[in-house]
Amino acid sequence: MWTYEKKLQYPVKVSECNPRLARFLIEQYGGADGELSAALRYLNQRYSIPDKVIGLLTDIGTEEFAHLEMIAAMVYKLTKDATPDQLKEAGLGPHYANHDKALFYHDAAGNPWTATYIQAKGDPIADLYEDIAAEEKARATYQWIINMSDDPCLNDSLKFLREREIVHSQRFREAVEILKQERDKKQYF
Amino acid sequence: MNPPREQTELMEKIQQVDFALVELTLYLDTHPQDYRAIQQFNQLATESRQLKSQYEQQFGPLRQFGGSYSAYPWNWNDSPWPWQM
Repeated sequence: MWTYEKKLQYPVKVSECNPRLARFLIEQYGGADGELSAALRYLNQRYSIPDKVIGLLTDIGTEEFAHLEMIAAMVYKLTKDATPDQLKEAGLGPHYANHDKALFYHDAAGNPWTATYIQAKGDPIADLYEDIAAEEKARATYQWIINMSDDPCLNDSLKFLREREIVHSQRFREAVEILKQERDKKQYF
Repeated sequence: MNPPREQTELMEKIQQVDFALVELTLYLDTHPQDYRAIQQFNQLATESRQLKSQYEQQFGPLRQFGGSYSAYPWNWNDSPWPWQM
């Protein structure tokens, strides 16, 4: 089972109300390479991956939910004081028409989240390579958002998340090597 | 709503220790033989529990489903939630 802790993994502060930035950040909430995709991908793949890497998929998948909560906290703080006019000006008019200020799992362009973003092939190497690619794509997305953001407080949290993608990618690469070693061992005996 | 400075500082301390624990967990998942990393992990696990108990006595429960004790009346449901802080 899972349990909740009443804390964010890393502090989330924003300098000011900024719905335009929130609109970009939604990419990492319900986008193809976002945190929801990541969490659901790893926690689903773990049931058919070799035992040696189940722990890693469980732990990274769980951490992704903490990241999802951080993104939600950012969007909440960036939009909570915005007027409908400000939301409209930031390009969030269509979002407001459907959801008011509620969060929804869609990407920056408004496309709803879909399970077709993620895969479970049942082939451990194929799955782990997908996971490495997903982390690299998420890292790139964080960089593009940081490039467009002029909020130093928000960027501090975004840089934390960007660095986590790098660590996850590294751990998945090590998992591939562990599985290759296992495979080669079996051939010799 | 801004929580007292003391609360923010203690929370940041917890976040630091717990971050090290997350990082060590992922590292140990792929380096299970690293004795020093395991020692550090166990030491920080103790520190995390102590800091959380200290925080909870002043600012309310952090851990769900019996991980923390409740005051009377039930205070798990009390605001602020993490994104409101």
